[in-house]
Amino acid sequence: MYVELKDINKHFGDFQAAKNVGFSIEQGALAALLGPSGSGKTTILRMIAGLEHPDSGDIFIDGVRVNNVEPSRRFIGFVFQNYALFRYMTVFDNIAFGLSVKKERPEAIKERVRSLISLIGMEGLDNRYPAQLSGGQRQRVAFARALAPNPRLLLLDEPFAAIDAKVRRELRAWLRDMITKLGLTSIFVTHDQDEAIEVADQIIVTNQGRVEQMGSPMALYKEPASPFVAQFIGNSTIIKNFGRLKGFEGAPPEAEGAIRPEFLRIYTQNDTIQYQTSTEEAVVERLAFRGDSLEVGLRLKDLSLSASYSLEKKPISVGETVRVLIYRLYAFDGDQASLLHNHHLGAHPQGYSYII
Amino acid sequence: MQHHQANKRNIPGFGLSLGLTLSYVSLVVLIPMVSIVIQSANLGWLGFWKTVIDPRVMASYRVSFLCSLAAAAINCFFGVMLAWVLVRYRFPGRRIMDGLIELPFALPTAVTGIALTALYSDKGWLGGPLAQWGLKVAYTPAGIVMALTFITLPFIVRTVQPVLEQLDPVYEDAGRLLGASGGRIFRSIILPEITPALLTGFGLAFARGLGEYGSVVFIAGNMPYKTEIAPLMIFSKLQQFNYGEATAVALVMLGASFLIMLAINTIQARAAGYVKE
Amino acid sequence: MSTGNDRPLRLLLIIISVLFILLMLVTPLVVILVEAFRSGLEAYTKAVTDPYALKALKLTGLATVAAVVLNTAFGLAAAWAITRFSFRGKGLLTTFIDIPFAVSPIIAGLVFILTFGRLSYLHPFLAAHELKVVFATPGIILATVFVTLPFVAREIIPVLEARGTDEEQAAALMGAGFLTIFRRITFPHIRWALLYSVILCAARAMGEFGAVSVVSGHLRGKTNTLPLHVEILYNEYQFTAAFAVSSVLVAAAIFILVARNIVEFTARKESDYVR
Repeated sequence: MYVELKDINKHFGDFQAAKNVGFSIEQGALAALLGPSGSGKTTILRMIAGLEHPDSGDIFIDGVRVNNVEPSRRFIGFVFQNYALFRYMTVFDNIAFGLSVKKERPEAIKERVRSLISLIGMEGLDNRYPAQLSGGQRQRVAFARALAPNPRLLLLDEPFAAIDAKVRRELRAWLRDMITKLGLTSIFVTHDQDEAIEVADQIIVTNQGRVEQMGSPMALYKEPASPFVAQFIGNSTIIKNFGRLKGFEGAPPEAEGAIRPEFLRIYTQNDTIQYQTSTEEAVVERLAFRGDSLEVGLRLKDLSLSASYSLEKKPISVGETVRVLIYRLYAFDGDQASLLHNHHLGAHPQGYSYII
Repeated sequence: MQHHQANKRNIPGFGLSLGLTLSYVSLVVLIPMVSIVIQSANLGWLGFWKTVIDPRVMASYRVSFLCSLAAAAINCFFGVMLAWVLVRYRFPGRRIMDGLIELPFALPTAVTGIALTALYSDKGWLGGPLAQWGLKVAYTPAGIVMALTFITLPFIVRTVQPVLEQLDPVYEDAGRLLGASGGRIFRSIILPEITPALLTGFGLAFARGLGEYGSVVFIAGNMPYKTEIAPLMIFSKLQQFNYGEATAVALVMLGASFLIMLAINTIQARAAGYVKE
Repeated sequence: MSTGNDRPLRLLLIIISVLFILLMLVTPLVVILVEAFRSGLEAYTKAVTDPYALKALKLTGLATVAAVVLNTAFGLAAAWAITRFSFRGKGLLTTFIDIPFAVSPIIAGLVFILTFGRLSYLHPFLAAHELKVVFATPGIILATVFVTLPFVAREIIPVLEARGTDEEQAAALMGAGFLTIFRRITFPHIRWALLYSVILCAARAMGEFGAVSVVSGHLRGKTNTLPLHVEILYNEYQFTAAFAVSSVLVAAAIFILVARNIVEFTARKESDYVR
């Protein structure tokens, strides 16, 4: 493992920012630290960089314990949340800074900076100041500045937070391609699940200073280990005592479950329904057009659920009573999580492809 | 997200800069200030008390307090008006007027003192006409107030001005569209916005007025019980090498400045909290 | 702003303001100049080039330079320590730095008399080594340094505070040392504020009266600064000479005001550009 954290704890006064945090990342991987704000993800990133120091635990980079290594000797490239570009230096000087403090030859610096400027596609802008650049351009400069001294690990703190929604999508793809092309081990922090899923090949979900789960985006989606992960990735509704729902009878009353929109199927009263007896009655509370489908807000007993409904089907309206089939749900029991199928459907669980 | 404090080891120069700062502050400020404490300990409670309740000293406190209060109050009025005019109106000479506001800071106080005395004495350009109206300014408390008004004017203007600059005129437009009169707009919309700054400026002006010496001694006339200010009491006790009594008078003034600074800090902390919500 | 119906009010407020400034601030300046030249150019020149006046000018210059140099170095160190690091007692330190602004100049003079004068515990030591602080040049310099101590620190701290430490952290992470970080990253941000505060510091140092008056002992030709010289002339009823010397200080004050405005204007223009 290239980067490894073991049993990291960190307090800021009474606030515990990291509780027994441990994970490892392979060489060349692009990992995301994903969590809500205050979950400790930025602190973890800063500890890897050496900008914060853990109260206990070990950090290894390339097999060497770096706890007592100066930040500047860890050979890490760091892209700060607001980029921290040097406002009184030009694009060229910003990128050259890390090389010039290492006292490299001026010609070598010039050559390296030129090649980085062309890598980020900003030829001709070398003499601009950061204030004269767009948000996306600033991010690219920050990226090039971090890469200039040839770091062995790249850390990015909310790299897309300061950019407009529209440009953000393009930049995500750009950054992903760039990092993959360079084969540089990278870790970035984000609170945006879409961003993590789209960019990272490995996601570490953090919550209240703890690592909740770690894995590929698909694994986290398909097998969430906790209600938190189920809710944070995808768009789940957490419900208590799901044993009262048809098809899930017999579950212990304290068990928690999570239902994703794609686990529900909506039928109008006139539809012919294959599993009539296993459907629940629900009222349409809200309809929102989502481009290719309708997002339907349902009131089912005391539960508020969200489902999607194809535009190809019979139109439904707010206030209408519909029938809802719950195909499956995630059941959580302490640390255990499992996917439960509606037992009325017999031994033929429907695949994702069918439901969606 | 700002849990992380700046980490000591991230940015270099901590030991050097803090070491320099602490030694310098200790040498120039702390050690000299401590000598006041030592000196007053030598004086003892009784000596302190006897000095402070001396009628002439008490009178000097009253003169300093009332004149500073009056000057600060006058500047609250004119200071807000000047700040308003400088921020909201464009007219020829505005920049020069803006630049002149700091004149009282730049002009040596002794120079201010003799200039104001010449101006407001019975034979002066302004003092002459005023004397014919029966208004004596130089060598009366009015003269002290005049000098303190001059000296403390920039405090109010320069604390209120930035707040007015940041106040979007859109609020006034909104008030006007809702039918509020000019006076009503000022009272309900502008005044609440500038009040914390105004109070801060008032406090700074008041504190400066209490301690001011150079500009006042010339115009005051320094008559015991009437126009003798507290700093002058300290000065004359020092001239008589009466260090103990000088220290006692100074201690009371230090207490007063401390209370004013405390009040200013409280106002600023409150204002900051209010805006954050 | 352009509603039009507030025109009379606007005009009234502008007129009152202009009159107030003319009456309060400008007439005293005019009085000084008129009084200075009342007895003709020759008397003016004589007063200004009087040996005592020149000696006072020299001492004022010395005290001002000392105050500016020392307090600039201190202000930069203090601003660096206070805004770049967190440590216990930071609030207390900031309060200590503010003390000279909060106390009367007379008290500032008093504390130096108590610390170095006859009654001080240091006095036997100073006397044994024939070191004179009070009623001598070192006392004048110390008092001036004391009253102007907060100027630079107070001006720089908010500027650095508002900007955060990101850029310095980024540079340190890339291995830059203290001098590189200060010279290439921090200094460009604070240069205008620094210049501005140096100007204010110089203005106050040059004009300081109360504190210097207490520690000087009024030894003519030895411990007199220009403002003290003005006082002595005035108290000796040499009014023309007093105003003549004052006019030199007025010129310096106006120079300072102009410089201050140029600096502020330039800084504003630049901040539009780099933000």
